Amino acid sequence: MIKVTNLKKSFGHLQVLKGIDAHIKEREVVVVIGPSGSGKSTFLRCLNLLEDFDEGDIVIDGYHLKDKNTDINKVREEVGMVFQRFNLFPHMTVLDNITLAPLKVRKWPLEKAKATAMELLKKVGLQDKANVYPDSLSGGQAQRVAIARALAMGPKVMLFDEPTSALDPEMVGEVLSVMKQLANEGMTMVVVTHEMGFAREVGDRVLFMDGGYIVEEGTPSDIFDNPQHERTKAFLSKVL
Amino acid sequence: MDFRFDIIQEYAPFFLQGVLLTIGLSLIAIIVGSILGLAIGLGKMSKKVLVRLPFEWYINFFRGTPLFVQILLVHFGLMPLLFAQPSPTVSAAVSLSLNSAAYIAEIFRAGIQSIDKGQMEAARSLGMTHAQAMRYVILPQALKRMIPPFANEFIVLIKDSSLAAIIAAPELMYWGRAAQGQYYRVWEPYLTVALIYLILTLSLSKLLHYLERKYSTQ
Ligand SMILES: Nc1ncnc2c1ncn2[C@@H]1O[C@H](COP(=O)(O)OP(=O)(O)OP(=O)(O)O)[C@@H](O)[C@H]1O
Ligand SMILES: [Mg+2]
Repeated sequence: MIKVTNLKKSFGHLQVLKGIDAHIKEREVVVVIGPSGSGKSTFLRCLNLLEDFDEGDIVIDGYHLKDKNTDINKVREEVGMVFQRFNLFPHMTVLDNITLAPLKVRKWPLEKAKATAMELLKKVGLQDKANVYPDSLSGGQAQRVAIARALAMGPKVMLFDEPTSALDPEMVGEVLSVMKQLANEGMTMVVVTHEMGFAREVGDRVLFMDGGYIVEEGTPSDIFDNPQHERTKAFLSKVL
Repeated sequence: MDFRFDIIQEYAPFFLQGVLLTIGLSLIAIIVGSILGLAIGLGKMSKKVLVRLPFEWYINFFRGTPLFVQILLVHFGLMPLLFAQPSPTVSAAVSLSLNSAAYIAEIFRAGIQSIDKGQMEAARSLGMTHAQAMRYVILPQALKRMIPPFANEFIVLIKDSSLAAIIAAPELMYWGRAAQGQYYRVWEPYLTVALIYLILTLSLSKLLHYLERKYSTQ
């Protein structure tokens, strides 16, 4: 589904990604962990070209991102993204937030877009919030709406960048359970998170990043119970 | 000192005509300035230096030189190239529009750049083009924030349009000068004119406060 080869990316003189290779299969849930500044967000943002990259190649669902003939908007239609700070559109109701892209990008008729949006709201447990504005939602509710909004485009892959880091602790659970449900339904997911419980329970594979490299990867039990690298051990001893 | 109300009375119909033209010029300038300003503001935000440069210099020129000079350049320089008999009113409308376009471009740019980067990223991540994201996500939010500086620009235009008197565009200030020239009296015409400007600008800022309150409670 996603194939990343020798991905390199710099901001000015600072090289943030120094050669990333990763292969993410369909229906796989890959969790990315690592210390702050290790390049996790940058890696994720390269996957839908929110950041351009300098070297290497990314192939998603057959689209070569570096190929000049690739329409990046087409790729993004297939790749949903959920941000740490939700980024809901504050001037639109919850329903309009969700229907906007299906209406304008997919050109769906209004009825179809609305019906789909209501279904998704039901799925994330917020059908009664369809007509409110985002600023009246709690953090957990806002993030669930953001997930519904991304799902409305019917993506094949979902990217999550620390979706629970901006939430009060009591709201983390409701968002994680929506993500878990999504994983159970077979969605291909790449999740950057500090929620090690989620990584262990839901992740098929864990990538540990440090200093712009993937230092170690394996199943959750490989990484958490039997880490091979010193840096992985040092990181885990701090967060577990 | 006696105050000759009869002069004001005699000139009242002209002041009325003048005030209408003052408002008309300011309205034209704000409308044309907005259309040009949006284009110039977007142009100035281009990532390509060569695209950006002319827009930057447009803004530099019109904000960095006196409007007075711009009016003279337009009326005596630019317009004669296009028309045999340049109309002062048209020249005034053109120079005020070009001038306000530069200021409004900056209002647009500041408004757009005040919107959190995450909004554009969220819109793009959903597959929207840059233009769609601007149209449906960024501009509606930015426009709300532009209302105060925008109203302020309109107030400035009302006052600055008085400079068009120098090329004999018959707006309010022109008639003030005419009355002064006819009767060699200073206080009556100029105080009247000042008072009318004051009424215009104060009512506008009242309206602005009302709008601001209305939108801030939404
Ligand atoms: N737009 C940018 N311009 C310049 N430097 C950047 C930019 N974005 C990220 N960086 C730098 O790149 C490095 C990696 O950032 P990144 O956000 O990918 O790390 P991260 O692993 O997601 O960290 P965190 O856990 O704190 O989110 C950091 O040193 C950061 O300061
Ligand atoms: Mg990050």
